[in-house]
Amino acid sequence: MKRREELIEALTGSTLGLFALGVGFLFPISTLFVLVYESLPAIRKFGLIDFITGTTWDPVAEVFGALPALFGTLLVTFIASAIALPVSIGIAMFISELSPKKLKPVFSTAVELLGAIPSIIYGMWGLFVIAPLMADYVEPFLQETLGRVPLLGRLFEGAPTGVDALTASFVLSVMIIPFMSAIVKDAFEMTPELLKEAGYGLGATKWEVVKNVVIPYTLPGIVGGMVLSVGRALGETMAVAFLTGNVHQIPKSLLEPLTTITVAIANEFTEADSDVYLASLYYLALILFVLSFGLLMLAKFYLLERLGKRWGTKGI
Amino acid sequence: MNNAPLKIEVKDLNFYYGRVHALKDINLNVYEKKVTAIIGPSGCGKTTLLRCFNRMHDLYPGNRYEGEIILYPDKVNIVGKDVDPIMVRMRIGMVFQKPNPFPKSIYENVAYGLKLKGIKKKSVLDEKVEQALRGAALWEEVKDRLHENAYSLSGGQQQRLCIARAIAPEPEVLLFDEPTSALDPISTAKIEDLIVELKNRLTILIVTHNMQQAARISDYTAFMYMGKLIEYGPTEKIFTKPDEKLTEDYITGRFG
Amino acid sequence: MGDERHLRSVILKRKVINVVMLTLSTLTAMYGLVWLFWILGDVLLNGFRFISLQLFLNDPTPPGIEGGGLRHAFVGHFIITSLAALIGVPIGIGTGIFFAEYGRHSKLIKTFRNITDVLVSFPSIVIGTFVYALMVKPLGHFSAVSGSVSLALLMIPVIAITTDEILKLVPNSLREAGYALGAHRWQVIKDISISAAKRGILTGVILGIARISGETAPLLFTSFNNNFFSLDITKPMASLTVTIFQYAMGPYEEWHRQAWAASLVLTFGTLLFFITAKAVVHGMRRSA
Repeated sequence: MKRREELIEALTGSTLGLFALGVGFLFPISTLFVLVYESLPAIRKFGLIDFITGTTWDPVAEVFGALPALFGTLLVTFIASAIALPVSIGIAMFISELSPKKLKPVFSTAVELLGAIPSIIYGMWGLFVIAPLMADYVEPFLQETLGRVPLLGRLFEGAPTGVDALTASFVLSVMIIPFMSAIVKDAFEMTPELLKEAGYGLGATKWEVVKNVVIPYTLPGIVGGMVLSVGRALGETMAVAFLTGNVHQIPKSLLEPLTTITVAIANEFTEADSDVYLASLYYLALILFVLSFGLLMLAKFYLLERLGKRWGTKGI
Repeated sequence: MNNAPLKIEVKDLNFYYGRVHALKDINLNVYEKKVTAIIGPSGCGKTTLLRCFNRMHDLYPGNRYEGEIILYPDKVNIVGKDVDPIMVRMRIGMVFQKPNPFPKSIYENVAYGLKLKGIKKKSVLDEKVEQALRGAALWEEVKDRLHENAYSLSGGQQQRLCIARAIAPEPEVLLFDEPTSALDPISTAKIEDLIVELKNRLTILIVTHNMQQAARISDYTAFMYMGKLIEYGPTEKIFTKPDEKLTEDYITGRFG
Repeated sequence: MGDERHLRSVILKRKVINVVMLTLSTLTAMYGLVWLFWILGDVLLNGFRFISLQLFLNDPTPPGIEGGGLRHAFVGHFIITSLAALIGVPIGIGTGIFFAEYGRHSKLIKTFRNITDVLVSFPSIVIGTFVYALMVKPLGHFSAVSGSVSLALLMIPVIAITTDEILKLVPNSLREAGYALGAHRWQVIKDISISAAKRGILTGVILGIARISGETAPLLFTSFNNNFFSLDITKPMASLTVTIFQYAMGPYEEWHRQAWAASLVLTFGTLLFFITAKAVVHGMRRSA
């Protein structure tokens, strides 16, 4: 009887340990290994620098450069995050400081629901609803107004088609807002009441307490949440898949089509008819892996950890 | 029995949290440049009363004041509906149960209340920050590291920083809500000395659960029980020959 | 009283800024809600306009011929997702248990746990390419099971991390009480930790399923797509998401209509999972 229990003990321990080893170590390591292995033909042919700086993507001539896709990824992510950040802080402030207590869960749930909608729905909605609106109204309007401003106007040159950097970034921003605001809201709500009262006790207004107490206190959380969302946005595929046009070019204005790493992979992977072509797509995936893994690690281990320490060690 | 002018006059004050009747018919005179202690067992309403003086209750929904708290010399009713709580809080400062410096530098912490008053000039700020830190007996310890994070200070230093932060804008009254409950005996002694020192400049109200502390530092003591003010008078009298049986039982440690 | 006047004007200015900022914050919250209602509204309106019984009962017809449906995609989606859950749920829960129950004092296991945490937000399309290299290439063709594997890989970290977090909330004194009675570790885990954390673990599982039920990218080159009804998991199989992708990109009006209808089912299916998970958490707080 005792024997049997010890056997189960050893079996559960080792099975669960194997699972954990597989998930937390073997899976990411073998992903990295497979990506490197599969991109070897492209690595051999183009090297690192030439691939990253190459601007040509020509499957017929079998010349591949990642710069347009890389640039597109960074551009779309940057614009989307720049739109999402202030909005997310505003939403977090509204939910945690302004909304009546009874409505709080309603607003929180609404934001979470927005985040739970599948990304393909965002993409399709963007294509059928937002892109035509952008092409017919928003983009011509922007050309009429901002487009007339010297220098800035260059960003709005070209035919407004609705399938371009601007639309893709915008739809992506709508998609990451719930994610970002949920993290910022959680950080806001961890501000000790006593600390806020110190501000109010001196005669500060609500906004002054948010600006001078809540935001400084939760800054690592806000930055961590932002980096985490940027990491998410980098790897998002379906929300932008319909909206970039998948053109391997560095857009000269926000109204030109472009591509991102994810969109290029999604559209071309099954069509890649040569080894180098497929290897180049894997190479793109490898770059994405390194970028997002790096960013996510930075957010989780550096920034959010620091916030955890700040919350942990101080007895307020 | 005293010649100190009146600073705050509480008249028939009732306070409700939602349906809970937390303070019942409080009447209390607070004298200028004296230390008034409020004591009583936990849940007696002493902190609730203290937080009426700077309208801290306004931060949370469902509260209601009845009666008056008159602040002299201009006889403003602090809890009047037309009175701006922000204005009240700038005249009546507060130090809390646990040290709660802002996540900013030592200097920024002290300067914050001054900036809220619209003081922007660096030289004026510098001067007033130094004054406040001296007033809180912290200047010598921090003068070389004013721009370090406030959390690098020890707990007792942090609490003195909070006092400096509260006195910098030169309030007329300072409220202390069990300011030493989270501190060690040495830090506590320093804060107590400081409170006695501060009464030369402003009026002090202090809530404490520590009767010896009230006996040591206060001029007047109010004893509260179940939301009511049971007895109020000079500290010496309350602690030696109280009129009420309840007060006597409490200070002799028979309950609480 | 010049001082007093100055102070009053300072306070007034601060109050104006306060009102402006609070208004802005309220407006941004409204801005967020606008998109939620807009998207859900469009999906509802268009979805209900085009949804019909034949969508669920019929397989696709060639473009131009009326009466086609997406039965193949509904069934395929159900098979792929269920199979993924079958693989992913036990591994996810097991991993989470290991992190929480065995890994508290090991730095190495904590690192694995943190890497798993990062994998929760990992780009799903990269997982698709990974499974393609491991399963599709060697076999020489796309298969439903490879789609399930990539979805399982996506859901495992989600389930593992929620399980870990929920188990860490179980007070250690409960475990110690078990050990004090002479229980083995596996008995403590089974009878004390898991039974105390059941609802939380269930929430993690539902969230994991919600996460994969709307996924498209990793299926594109694993389970691929299939225009015909198929139950063979070693062959390519249609899924709702990939079908929506293909139909929305396609040139036919009829396809677009079916894509909207399919989106309605997909969106509300996913949200239902999500709301169920929230309800379970809510119930947990109630009963606690």
